[in-house]
Amino acid sequence: MKQTDVIVIGGGPAGLSAALAAHRAGAQTLLIEREPRLGGILKQCIHDGFGLVRFSEALTGPEYADRDINAFKQTGIEALTTTFVSRIKKTANGFTLTAVNETGVITIAARSLVLATGCRERTARQVFIHGTRPAGIFTAGTAQHYINLLGQMPTKKCVILGSGDIGLIMARRLTLEGATVLGVYEAKPTPSGLTRNIYQCLHDFDIPLHLSKTVTRVYGEERLTAVEVCAVDENMQPISGTREKIACDSLILSVGLIPENELAESLGVALDPRTKGPICNAALMTSVDGVFSCGNALHVNDLVDFVSESGDLAGTFAANYRPKPRSEITLKTDANFAYLVPQRLDLNDDLKTIVYFRSQQILKNCVVIVKVDEQEVFRKNYSHLRPPEMERLEVDFSRLNLTSNTILSFEMEVS
Amino acid sequence: MKELICFLCPNGCTLTITRDQPEFTVTGQKCKRGREFAINEATNPTRTLCTTVKTNFTEMPVLPVRSARAIPKNHIFDVMAAINQVVVTEVLCCGAPVITNVLDLGIDIIATASMEATR
Repeated sequence: MKQTDVIVIGGGPAGLSAALAAHRAGAQTLLIEREPRLGGILKQCIHDGFGLVRFSEALTGPEYADRDINAFKQTGIEALTTTFVSRIKKTANGFTLTAVNETGVITIAARSLVLATGCRERTARQVFIHGTRPAGIFTAGTAQHYINLLGQMPTKKCVILGSGDIGLIMARRLTLEGATVLGVYEAKPTPSGLTRNIYQCLHDFDIPLHLSKTVTRVYGEERLTAVEVCAVDENMQPISGTREKIACDSLILSVGLIPENELAESLGVALDPRTKGPICNAALMTSVDGVFSCGNALHVNDLVDFVSESGDLAGTFAANYRPKPRSEITLKTDANFAYLVPQRLDLNDDLKTIVYFRSQQILKNCVVIVKVDEQEVFRKNYSHLRPPEMERLEVDFSRLNLTSNTILSFEMEVS
Repeated sequence: MKELICFLCPNGCTLTITRDQPEFTVTGQKCKRGREFAINEATNPTRTLCTTVKTNFTEMPVLPVRSARAIPKNHIFDVMAAINQVVVTEVLCCGAPVITNVLDLGIDIIATASMEATR
């Protein structure tokens, strides 16, 4: 059986950074990717705006991926592409992984694992759209795959449901390629995507954004012929008398992303219901010793720069992993936080910690306060916090004499 | 007075611009690039155009490309039409020009992915 120190599953930006970091830390590393090419979803994200934090320039997705792929190839780290991981078993010394590729079934043993499996899009069935089942209902990522990788136009006239970033990007992309985007409908009263994408993808092309409106029904036998849209109240319930039928050949959904953790769950990794990703400590180790998580599998990021950063952390810690007892405390948050990652802190680890969080609602002029046993130890002011925009903090807990009985809490003071 | 969102970086500052002859007054920016952005938006808005170009390679039927620099916003659909005329017949690397000096704008259209990666 083939043997290695670290196996990284997933060859997108998180997995590439994790593999590079593990290699740099001296570990024998193997990367497994199910597609023929490395780069993950960046391959189809042909728009620019990637890398502003990490490289101080606006790269397209493929250009950003190209930098990591080139660095990866220079190291000589082994990559198995067109290889699908079908099973992972925990053993006394680590893990045994079973994968399938053109050579057949292979098994590989490793000391630690990095799960960089990315995320999936929510589909029509997950947002309770009723009616027939015609062709012409796509997730935004599927439409993006058709146009940007296969060169095929999936629609001439469409409605977009959901104002997530991929939906906004696709509204522009479809318009550039000659399709008519009749409007973007968002059930919530505020957009889900970044403000700059509303501006440069919708305003630039006079595409209307309808807030507090959703799609309630689809029409068509073979192919979609129309959708029904309806205004909704603050409880997302349809308001009678506002129904409207719109003729179109496609409905494109940008209604959220969910971390992909099927392999993690098969190993018994505990998930956080708020992030839908693994509960991790500051080393990005999950509840299962030796299993690390990063990128969009850990929590859905809005910037790839932070995906790479978490990959780098997870890869480094996976390379340095040796079994040891844990002494973990929970990072508590108040109701103003949508979530906070990492969820736990191992007092036996280095306590200089990078924390990522999102607010539950749009907040102006607020203060994030960290308390140790009700005593304030850190504060930071924010002129605004918006749920679509992830925030990053560096907090050093090492001088605070934390013990396993310490109550560590993150709170927001809203004026 | 006009309100706009700066999209040069993830901060996404909300800017206001007022034309006070002969100067502009810009407020709301966190950095100096915000002022330049707002004035450009008011006088000559430009955008980096990202799209794809057809190839005759079955394993990569389209190649992602972009304008090497931002192009005037009112030329976006003309440039799209020019790009859609082209079929790539050779293996290109990331950064290689696909169209030089598109529509005499003095700007190249360049590949943003390497086709060698597909081999």
